[in-house]
Amino acid sequence: MAPAQSASAPTAPEGATPEGRTVLDARDISRALTRISHEILERNKGLQHLVLLGIPTRGVHLAQRVADRIAKVEGAQVPLGTLDITMYRDDLRKHPARGPHHTVMPPGGVDGKVVVLVDDVLFSGRTVRAALDAMNDLGRPATVRLAVLVDRGHRELPIRADHVGKNLPSARTERVMVRLEESDGYDEVRIAPMEGLEA
Amino acid sequence: MRKHLLSIDDVSVADVEALFDTAAEMHDVQRRSVKKLPALRGRTVVNLFFEDSTRTRSSFEIAGKWLSADVINVSAKGSSVSKGESLRDTVLTVAAMGVDGLVIRHAASGAAQQVSQWTDAVVINAGDGMHEHPTQALLDAYTLQRRMGTLEDKHVAIVGDVTHSRVFRSNVLLLAKLGAHVTVVAPPTLMPAGVTAWSKDAGFETSYDLDSVLPDADAVMMLRVQRERMNGAYFPSAREYTVGYGLTRDRLATLKPDAPICHPGPMNRGLEIAADAADAAQSAVLDQVSAGVAIRMSVLYHLLAGEGSAT
Repeated sequence: MAPAQSASAPTAPEGATPEGRTVLDARDISRALTRISHEILERNKGLQHLVLLGIPTRGVHLAQRVADRIAKVEGAQVPLGTLDITMYRDDLRKHPARGPHHTVMPPGGVDGKVVVLVDDVLFSGRTVRAALDAMNDLGRPATVRLAVLVDRGHRELPIRADHVGKNLPSARTERVMVRLEESDGYDEVRIAPMEGLEA
Repeated sequence: MRKHLLSIDDVSVADVEALFDTAAEMHDVQRRSVKKLPALRGRTVVNLFFEDSTRTRSSFEIAGKWLSADVINVSAKGSSVSKGESLRDTVLTVAAMGVDGLVIRHAASGAAQQVSQWTDAVVINAGDGMHEHPTQALLDAYTLQRRMGTLEDKHVAIVGDVTHSRVFRSNVLLLAKLGAHVTVVAPPTLMPAGVTAWSKDAGFETSYDLDSVLPDADAVMMLRVQRERMNGAYFPSAREYTVGYGLTRDRLATLKPDAPICHPGPMNRGLEIAADAADAAQSAVLDQVSAGVAIRMSVLYHLLAGEGSAT
């Protein structure tokens, strides 16, 4: 298959990493998020007890976009929060200490709620495990679900996503890079061979 | 960040920013119902206190516990130190138990630096004699920054027993790093010898006249009159000290109404600070205490959570 180079959709600006290929462009991402938003509502049968928690950094932007779409459909705001997992990672000891991100409790908390965790890429599942631990210290949700933009496989833990934007078969030696308008200036999901670094 | 925190010289401006950012997150954790993070699970921190302390020791203890570290307190009273064991032997004994972090307070200047050469553990200086008290300076600056937005170009007056104050020494270094202008106010007998040359190097001013400094200050730090370090007569009477250098009700009225008042504690109410000032709306004393836990969590996290801990 030829590399998907759509001429009409906005793509990476000049000078951005040229290697690899684009898997999702801005429109694909937008469509995927719209579908995920509808799936979440359908599964939950509306807004009742629904809470979105984004995992920093890009999961927070995605959660915000999903919340905006849900607001458009339902005409009401879904409680939105962010959940930092830095201190709950199982590889904390393997790197120099990094500063934690912000955790924002959604209005109304998480006790008894249907919490949908939102992240950009699902890979080993270790981030989600850490997020579940972090949530334990915030409260006791009735249900926890997981929405991700990309599921690239290679799970190391018994974890799965409930809502997936794109299933992306990948090799362990490849990198999957999600770029979002809010943090990077443009929307794109790209897959590229690893240049000797661990993801 | 360096391996140990012995002096404010060990942290760069970027380190301070990282420590403050983490402290702000820790501050949020303090408001949660479950005040526990797993970052230091399996690590052991020993508080080795050879001098009396309530807030520093208990805030290091709480900070360590909220990060899930095992925290052990050893104080000079009731330990082998009172049987005559040397500092080196005490440190080696504790270190031999497999300790990851040592928080040390000692009456001798340079004790923490000395200890860091005897052990592989991370050493945090919690006050060494009349030398430094870096976590106090960090929490003071953090408190002021939260109150005032920034310390850049702000005028901070540090008032009181400067000679005996490790809090002052750490603070003057840190505030200069963060771009504040510092004026040090003390009676001539409590101004350190050779301060003029030093003040030129470090970029702070000195004054003997509190009343001329106060109206211009954006923040005031009162220092405790350290009776335990005063063997000679530094001032004729407590009353006289208060008249010249205490933050009295009358002086409070000359201060800018939004200028924060800091005191490292414990306060000698009526001596260096009047109750009106200590309990005023602009007093930041209790903020300092809660910031103390957040800053110490941040320091423990950055020095002990990562790989090898030293970078």
